[in-house]
Amino acid sequence: MARSITNNRKALNTAIAWTIGLLIFFPILWTILTSFKTEAQAIADPPIFLFFDWTLENYAVVQERSNYTRFLMNSIIIAGGSTLLGVIIAVPAAWSMAFVPSNRTKDILLWMLSTKMLPAVGVLYPIYLIFIKMGLLDSRIGLTVILMLINLPIIVWMLYTYFREIPGEILEAARMDGASLRDEILYVLTPMAIPGIASTLLLNFILAWNEAFWTLNLTAAKAAPLTAFIASYSSPEGLFYAKLSAASTMAIAPILILGWFSQKQLVRGLTFGAVK
Amino acid sequence: MKLNAPLALAGAVAMTAASFAQAETLTIATVNNGDMIRMQGLTADFTEKTGHEVEWVTLEENVLRQRVTTDITTKGGSFDIMTIGMYETPIWAKNGWLVPMDNLSAEYNADDILPAMRNGLSYEGTMYAAPFYGESSMVMYRTDLMEKAGMEMPTAPTWEFIRDAAAAMTDRDNEINGICLRGKAGWGEGGAVITAMSNSFGARWFDENWNPQFDSEQWANTLNFYKGMMDASGPSGYATNGFNENLSLFQQGKCGMWIDATVAASFVTNPNDSTVADSVGFALAPDNGLGKRSNWLWAWALAIPAGTQKQEAAQQFIEWATGTDYIELVAANEGWANVPPGARTSLYENPNYKEVPFAQMTLDSILSADPTNPTVDPVPYVGVQFAAIPEFAGIATDVSQEFSAAYAGQQTVEEALAKAQAITNDAMEAAGYK
Repeated sequence: MARSITNNRKALNTAIAWTIGLLIFFPILWTILTSFKTEAQAIADPPIFLFFDWTLENYAVVQERSNYTRFLMNSIIIAGGSTLLGVIIAVPAAWSMAFVPSNRTKDILLWMLSTKMLPAVGVLYPIYLIFIKMGLLDSRIGLTVILMLINLPIIVWMLYTYFREIPGEILEAARMDGASLRDEILYVLTPMAIPGIASTLLLNFILAWNEAFWTLNLTAAKAAPLTAFIASYSSPEGLFYAKLSAASTMAIAPILILGWFSQKQLVRGLTFGAVK
Repeated sequence: MKLNAPLALAGAVAMTAASFAQAETLTIATVNNGDMIRMQGLTADFTEKTGHEVEWVTLEENVLRQRVTTDITTKGGSFDIMTIGMYETPIWAKNGWLVPMDNLSAEYNADDILPAMRNGLSYEGTMYAAPFYGESSMVMYRTDLMEKAGMEMPTAPTWEFIRDAAAAMTDRDNEINGICLRGKAGWGEGGAVITAMSNSFGARWFDENWNPQFDSEQWANTLNFYKGMMDASGPSGYATNGFNENLSLFQQGKCGMWIDATVAASFVTNPNDSTVADSVGFALAPDNGLGKRSNWLWAWALAIPAGTQKQEAAQQFIEWATGTDYIELVAANEGWANVPPGARTSLYENPNYKEVPFAQMTLDSILSADPTNPTVDPVPYVGVQFAAIPEFAGIATDVSQEFSAAYAGQQTVEEALAKAQAITNDAMEAAGYK
């Protein structure tokens, strides 16, 4: 009897999880399906779900019209570069806050987070002018730096949370064994925090990949990443939904694949320290 | 005189080398629409003729506006050519942000540009942007449904006729709405339709002293007429419908009439996309017998920002893209129905183009719009569906949000107009007009 109740509850939980999962995934699924429709099918009312003549025409048009590879490479370099740079800066910062806190550590953490509360458009002009002066407009270096700065508070916060879960005694023991600060961070702390660092890397890579305000406003032709690629297919005067969907699918495909293969690490990292 | 062959060859090589030594790469910001995409596909012809390469930055209209405005106000120099509209051109020209188009070549034949377009893209008599294509608005209607309703569309209908025809064509059981109009908030969306419509009702945004006029009887008549007609014969949720939503409805046979941009004519008559392609008729936008019709005037034009270092190459591109040879090039590749319309007089004198079913009505619509004298009573601004002042876009977006809320039944027309009056009054006072 008890086993039957447990099984029923398990089945119910599974059904609920699948339903929620499908609901969350539905917009992406719909975008992917629309990318295989004609423009007329894309706007059909009632909407056509699966039974239509599948076509690759939109992908062919997008390939012909845009240099997808260049946008993709820019996205990889900008998102990857900003994430790596962010982690390199954030690891020592989070270490000091987690293991050598001062009276002001919490204030600093909150202050860092408060920079995320400012609407980006509020600093567009100052940043734009700085970029002009420094010759960074439409450059991958400029975007890498700005995305790193934007995501740095989140990276520091995440790493700080993970580091706090690591017993300070282990680091003390390393110090007693003669480990320098560099050795302590590189050979003791980092290996122990790898799930946390990996999930931080992944999450920030995704955030940088999807960032659309700065990538649209600070680029033109050379450094434009996939967000600009998608934006080039959006139009208020003309029905290009199927082509827009094809462009969106091509833009999210790499990050979806990356997320799929790293989901274990991502979930492990995100739930790290959640249950004691 | 006999030419020495090796000498001639050397000369040709030298000329080619000289022209390619000056070859530039132009960065062009543009909007995503059919005509612009077509131009991108034909850019090889320009490169072949001049040696200049082109890099495109294609963005959605509103994103593009923000992007190019940021760049030009900060002299960022990201773009060598910008695609801008009739609203921006005189404002930016006044600020000295654009290179005047007063040095165009004789072959370009600038006098061939339709006067309405030229005037709308000029400041103090000088043209600052060359029209790539122009548009007005007109009535697109289903000839079969009109016939079924026992009515005949006049060439120049009144609003009263449109309302009656819409009621007669509406068939809710078969999901046919008599009329589709934009109601979506945004100065270029529903805001453009209601402002153009208000001109025909004798309303205006400002009097000659920049006092807002939303407390006038004419504005109340405009909004009440719109809402009454749309509630009775429009699609459900019309308050959030823009160009694309109505295009989709019309193409699927769910609109009896649609009053919108003339460029839509090529979409609704394209059998690949439209289920009603063979039963579409055209008429001028309606009036109320007051001397002003409710059609707007717009152009997407190419302009050179003052900060560019490649002015000469940029002008070469603009002459190529907005010249008569380009029209011939598009016609040869894609057919006459797909050439960029509304910019040049000679296009409408071309016998091949005259055969395009919507060509004459597009021209008549453009010619009947006067941006320098858009309203029944005098106004201090230029522009048919907008007032060409920097503050307009912000104010009109707020005002159109109030109007959309009234369409959706969230407030009354009177409340929306009172709020519009207050919003506009405050903004104009803050901007120093009063």
